[in-house]
Amino acid sequence: MFASKRLSKELQKLQGTLPPGISLISAENFEEWLMDIKVMDDNPLYRNEVYRLRFRFGSSYPIEAPEVTFVQDPSHPIPMHPHVYSNGIICLDLLDTSGWSPVQNVESVCVSLQSMLTGNSKNERPPGNDAFVRTNRQRPRDINFVFHDNKV
Amino acid sequence: MDSEDEVISVASSEEMMEDQDSDLSMGGDYSDVDLDVDDPDVGFETQDKDIKPKRRPYEVEFNIYGPADIQSHQDQQIDEVSAILGQPPEATAILLRHTRWNKERLIEIYMDKQDTLLEEAGLGKSLAKLPELKKVKGFVCEICCEDGPDLKTFSMKCGHRFCLDCYRQYLAQKIQEEGEAARIKCPGDGCNKIVDSKSLDLLVTEDLKDRYQVLLTRTYVDDKENLKWCPAPNCEYAVDCRVKQRDLNKTVPTVHCTCGHHFCFGCTLNDHQPAPCSLVKKWLKKCEDDSETANWISANTKECPKCHSTIEKNGGCNHMTCRKCKHEFCWMCMGVWSEHGTSWYNCNRFEEKSGSEARDAQAKSRQSLERYLHYYNRYANHEQSAKLDKDIYLKTEKKMTQLQSSSGMSWIEVQFLDAASQALQQCRQTLKWTYAFAYYLARNNLTEIFEDNQKDLELAVENLSEMFEKPTDQLSGLKVEMMDKTAYCTRRRIILLSDTAENLKNGGAHSLRLRPGSFD
Repeated sequence: MFASKRLSKELQKLQGTLPPGISLISAENFEEWLMDIKVMDDNPLYRNEVYRLRFRFGSSYPIEAPEVTFVQDPSHPIPMHPHVYSNGIICLDLLDTSGWSPVQNVESVCVSLQSMLTGNSKNERPPGNDAFVRTNRQRPRDINFVFHDNKV
Repeated sequence: MDSEDEVISVASSEEMMEDQDSDLSMGGDYSDVDLDVDDPDVGFETQDKDIKPKRRPYEVEFNIYGPADIQSHQDQQIDEVSAILGQPPEATAILLRHTRWNKERLIEIYMDKQDTLLEEAGLGKSLAKLPELKKVKGFVCEICCEDGPDLKTFSMKCGHRFCLDCYRQYLAQKIQEEGEAARIKCPGDGCNKIVDSKSLDLLVTEDLKDRYQVLLTRTYVDDKENLKWCPAPNCEYAVDCRVKQRDLNKTVPTVHCTCGHHFCFGCTLNDHQPAPCSLVKKWLKKCEDDSETANWISANTKECPKCHSTIEKNGGCNHMTCRKCKHEFCWMCMGVWSEHGTSWYNCNRFEEKSGSEARDAQAKSRQSLERYLHYYNRYANHEQSAKLDKDIYLKTEKKMTQLQSSSGMSWIEVQFLDAASQALQQCRQTLKWTYAFAYYLARNNLTEIFEDNQKDLELAVENLSEMFEKPTDQLSGLKVEMMDKTAYCTRRRIILLSDTAENLKNGGAHSLRLRPGSFD
């Protein structure tokens, strides 16, 4: 598999030192990893919360972007953000073919998401969240997102 | 090399065609006088079978290009501009695509603000050396994390260096999975440099190069307004035609691809002469929405004489009370019920004033529906017949073989059947669209001439069609008559199309007029 050498290197690095607020939870295979992120400043929207991210790697990772979503369980909510749907799907050009670069990695994605949350002050979901969450059966990679908002 | 003025094909087909022909022959064709209709674009051959002595008013000028022609056409432009700008061909190609092959604009912008243009197009300033694979000491590929002294690596002038395998994988993903070619960016994060064809040649395998070229050519044809792909399945030819979008109300640019498919350059639907594209679109939409519903409404309902609600009578007596406006009337004569007294069962008051007025009003509103159905039924009929003719076409060959063995005729002597079959199909196609067209025509003298032409063609077609279905043993005796009729059909079709095309083009007071609101 194309991804394994790269992923094992990434894993090695993730098991060493990580940027503050990012931690590796599980990486038992090269298909699915769990990462936790915390917002480090005092943003009242995210204070004292830990958010869990699920990374899914296809066979052509890192040429193709991984599928990254927030997962919800009793101790990990889905963060409030105008680009994060309440089912955990993230609308971010970095994770789409148009914005992904094979140079990105799990850590850099975590950092990007962390800063996406840090910079946000809007306590809201994306427009049309309810309808999307109710009707969407597609995987994130098959959704055609339109990236129009460059502010957050 | 493409001058704008001599190419508008319809404008050039004046009444004085001799004049126009000599005009064209001055444009560079010095060969025989009889064959100089198609103005040959430099470097491309005209299609011999399409050369006719004169272009008729309904015919437009066009050229068919195969993949190799399109390729060389691109290369030629790239070379030309490359020489002017002093940029290498692969960079020029990127620049040309950036400005959608508008050479003049590209050169202008290039002279004006070169740096901005190069940046926007994804090229960057410095003129780089030839792309090459390198082994770099201490290099670790950022994508796959491989390292080692023997690792072959590549970078464009942006300096983002990756190993050959990763670059190759990346390009394969873009070309094969995403169908991208003209705008593949450097794999580096946030880097906008476009991968040029020379670098690509160095990096990918042969089969990907072919696919890359196909995709590039596709972008080229899509980018150019005067080029369109032939829509026939698996056809790889493109048609070059200079009819402008804004002239489509005045001309119907039917083109004939080398693959045998006839289609309209304006909308790429099947040949729909003599009706213009916008009417065809309207008509098809109307048929899709209306035809069945309209048929049913016409056959099964009447309108309330007062509020014009459509009413279906599903039983009961003739004393109707409109559910909407509570108007009471007689279903038989449509007059008000109060005038009927008790003699309702056999409505004998047909001549009563109120009734006849109501019937008049109703007739008027129904008229438009009936009018539509009149044209629709004929349109649909010819469409259906054309389908049947296609079956006949398949049987023709069998008939031709039978005829050869039964009458001792040679292969060449039975070709008249094939000719007849093809003429039939073509005429039916035209007839079909005359009905859609006529639906939108306002009444005047020219419309009457149009309808006469239509009638003549229809008669000719039905005569031939009838003859065509005679048993094989009679066919050999009918040969001369059939050939005459075939020629006659074709002639009628040409007359109809020519007349209509002239009228449509002139658009003045003495021409075919559309009913108000036909062109929105």
